[in-house]
Amino acid sequence: MQRHLISAADLTRDDAVLILDTAEEMARVADRPIKKLPTLRGRTIVNLFFEDSTRTRISFEAAEKRLSADVINFTAKGSSVSKGESLKDTAQTLEAMGVDAVVIRHGASGAPYRLANSGWIDAVVVNAGDGTHQHPTQALLDAFTMRRRLIGPDAGLGQDLEGKRITLVGDVLHSRVARSNVDLLHTLGAEVTLVAPPTLLPVGIETWPCEVSYDLDSTLTKSDAVMMLRVQRERMNAAFFPTEREYSRRYGLDGDRMARMPEHAIVMHPGPMVRGMEITAEVADSDRCTVVEQVANGVSIRMAVLYLLLGGNEPAVTHPRTEEK
Amino acid sequence: MSKILIRGAKVLGGEPQDVLIDGGTIAEVGSGLSAEGAEVVEAEGKVLLPGLVDLHTHLREPGREDSETVLTGTRAAASGGYTTVFAMANTFPVADTAGVVEQVWRLGKEHGYCDVQPIGAVTVGLEGRKLAELGAMHESAAGVTVFSDDGKCVHDAVIMRRALEYVKAFGGVVAQHAQEPRLTEGAEMNEGIVSAELGLGGWPAVAEESIIARDVLLADHVGSRVHICHLSTAGSVEIVRWAKSRGIAVTAEVTPHHLLLTDELVRTYNPVYKVNPPLRTERDVMALREALADGTIDIVATDHAPHPHEDKDCEWAAAAMGMVGLETALSVVQETMVDTGLLDWAGVADRMSVKPAQIGQATGHGRPVSAGEPANLTLVDTAYRGLVEPAGFASRSRNTPYEGRELPGRVTHTWLRGKATLVDGKLT
Amino acid sequence: MDSHDTHSDARPVLEGPDIARVLTRIAHEIVERAKGADDVVLLGIPTRGVFLARRIADKLEQITERKVPCGSLDITMYRDDLRMHPPRALARTEIPGDGLDGKLVVLVDDVLFSGRTIRAALDALNDIGRPRAVQLAVLVDRGHRELPIRADYVGKNLPTSLRETVKVQLAEEDGRDTVLLGAKPTSQ
Repeated sequence: MQRHLISAADLTRDDAVLILDTAEEMARVADRPIKKLPTLRGRTIVNLFFEDSTRTRISFEAAEKRLSADVINFTAKGSSVSKGESLKDTAQTLEAMGVDAVVIRHGASGAPYRLANSGWIDAVVVNAGDGTHQHPTQALLDAFTMRRRLIGPDAGLGQDLEGKRITLVGDVLHSRVARSNVDLLHTLGAEVTLVAPPTLLPVGIETWPCEVSYDLDSTLTKSDAVMMLRVQRERMNAAFFPTEREYSRRYGLDGDRMARMPEHAIVMHPGPMVRGMEITAEVADSDRCTVVEQVANGVSIRMAVLYLLLGGNEPAVTHPRTEEK
Repeated sequence: MSKILIRGAKVLGGEPQDVLIDGGTIAEVGSGLSAEGAEVVEAEGKVLLPGLVDLHTHLREPGREDSETVLTGTRAAASGGYTTVFAMANTFPVADTAGVVEQVWRLGKEHGYCDVQPIGAVTVGLEGRKLAELGAMHESAAGVTVFSDDGKCVHDAVIMRRALEYVKAFGGVVAQHAQEPRLTEGAEMNEGIVSAELGLGGWPAVAEESIIARDVLLADHVGSRVHICHLSTAGSVEIVRWAKSRGIAVTAEVTPHHLLLTDELVRTYNPVYKVNPPLRTERDVMALREALADGTIDIVATDHAPHPHEDKDCEWAAAAMGMVGLETALSVVQETMVDTGLLDWAGVADRMSVKPAQIGQATGHGRPVSAGEPANLTLVDTAYRGLVEPAGFASRSRNTPYEGRELPGRVTHTWLRGKATLVDGKLT
Repeated sequence: MDSHDTHSDARPVLEGPDIARVLTRIAHEIVERAKGADDVVLLGIPTRGVFLARRIADKLEQITERKVPCGSLDITMYRDDLRMHPPRALARTEIPGDGLDGKLVVLVDDVLFSGRTIRAALDALNDIGRPRAVQLAVLVDRGHRELPIRADYVGKNLPTSLRETVKVQLAEEDGRDTVLLGAKPTSQ
């Protein structure tokens, strides 16, 4: 693994499988009476959130605390950032406090990359979502959820997602989740199809390692997992689609559409869901929908990532080292 | 002012000749000229060009003296071989009145490193709504002939039409920053494969091309001439080529960076590559080079855009757009046009001195290197190759995309009306 | 102790039949000391400790004619030398159904050396449950303890020097049963 986790595209197949396998062991810690490991004792991690994202921050925080790291939460609101402090100064201030890793969420695409590569700080950087660029831990937890559901928690160990057919539906243009998922799922051998109205697909998408379709119904029947992306109502005003009603009729997932999916197929959503827009309540509350599971898996994945980046003297090597005594 | 003998220089890249400067003019050009009473500059192997003229410079004064001043900007110009720069209007306050343009013009005159020709804003405050007092700026001591809202596009078709018509009265020219504003809302880089991957707001080529298409048609309709700033796409080249073939009075410029760099560099998220218009693709770069070679694009202009360090040492979205260019322009043109065989040195003189002086009506600049002409000259060591070291820049800003890159060519001497502003690479 | 070729001069100190015999003896000792092994839970420390635990469990079953709960305890996350190496891949911790509370837990490992692994295992146990007592069974005790830890059941005491290596091979993982004593590669 590289020293930082900035983009899902940076992960090799073996890196990704190692993270998923590690997360599988981490998941078991959640079943214990004491859900805590001493592994990152003495390490300090700052959650540097320039964008509001309570669920992602809490997920990282839970992961960090379960690994016994010292956690500092920094949110932009009401901080020096709102007084005009630059990212560089903020980061250097935090590093001066002896931070080992920075988990960063930022509205600007590339901010974590800059943080990791500009020589501003030495700490390990974990991207918790940047602009419309990447959200690698989300892609990892999605892949983890797919592997557990489609292959099995134990049967999945060491496995990738070879041949699994995954469909992502919705606002691909503005979605870091879509970008990260396409990269990671492709690396893991899955066949990815993006479904969206043409206005919500980026120019240049033709080079992505996936199929693109404008028609949801024709891809549903061939999907092992369907991931619905959030569609913000504001997009309507920028003429990306005419009305909410038309969007949900063409691209929303309702009970009828779900019934046409293969029996084993699951419905996923990175959250927060916009019920009535991209997904109906009936689908969201069905047991084929993994939304709640994804949240739980998020903690395990983030524990795995933090352990593999910070648990040793350098990031984990992909091939497991042989036992030393 | 005394005599200077430039000995053995390849005038416009041709056979070695001696050039004798007496006072502010070129006294004689020939072989074996007498050095008597003259300071001798040995120029063997070097290329002598007419002093370069930049139709597109941001000097930042008044208002942003933290990034550049008329003094530091003209020193940078002299370092890069320029004897005239046209100073863009997007200062604070905006150069939309006779008062502001005269101030800039006067500062240039006082410092004496390079002639400064202020460009006047087309519209008040660059807001695109109301014509600025173009005539008053023309009649001021600064004698403004070039008008531009550069940094912003004169996007309202009616305002653009009126401006094109109005400047005909005194032979002015409108230089358009072609950027359709609605198509570039939230735009951060060229829209294409790389922007899709990086998740940066796309800046479609069509946002530039649609304005150029509209403006050449407007210029044709009202019988005026229009100048297109910093052309950046292959499509823009096609439109200008078409317009010229129809006899429309359009001229166009390309920046050195659009001749060399592509949007692949944005993958580093390093804001030194953030510029307006954005870096485009390899295909665009090749089309621009070809167009500059065949004359479809008339001139090279630097769009020298200094910014303080903190405006670039940040995340991409927060960074300012623009690059400094005066001190590296000739090197980049040598790298992309001369060393590739697309243009000879006479061609470089045409694109970087003669034509820009004509478009901007810079009297006494862009003249032939011959007896009786003003001694505005640039001597270039074309055999030199070296790394770009921003620390040595005369500009107050260091936001160059070429730091650490090896480039050919180095300006060793610049003379402004016979007065040396640069000697052996050092400012006087 | 990664590969065979670095131990070309390694010599076997225990062979397959020896290993089977000492494991049988350990099983008997456990029954004896635990007075029937009613509440015994075996926890092997990955990788080879898990195989040894299963073998001992099988022998206990033969002796007592009851199934003896057997699981695994990965101690990676509790190691005290984590920061000296890149992070290791985790192994499985498998606690048998009834848990550990009130049980007699017998930890099983292949080689007892510095004692640090067992220290980590005790810490890990602490987070999982509260056994009545914890005992330790090892195939080989090679000495050189760095912590006040000793084994309750030892297959073979093997005096070694620090320049020597001890390598346990088991059929489940390595294709054969043997314990090899060799010299540390001098290149280190």
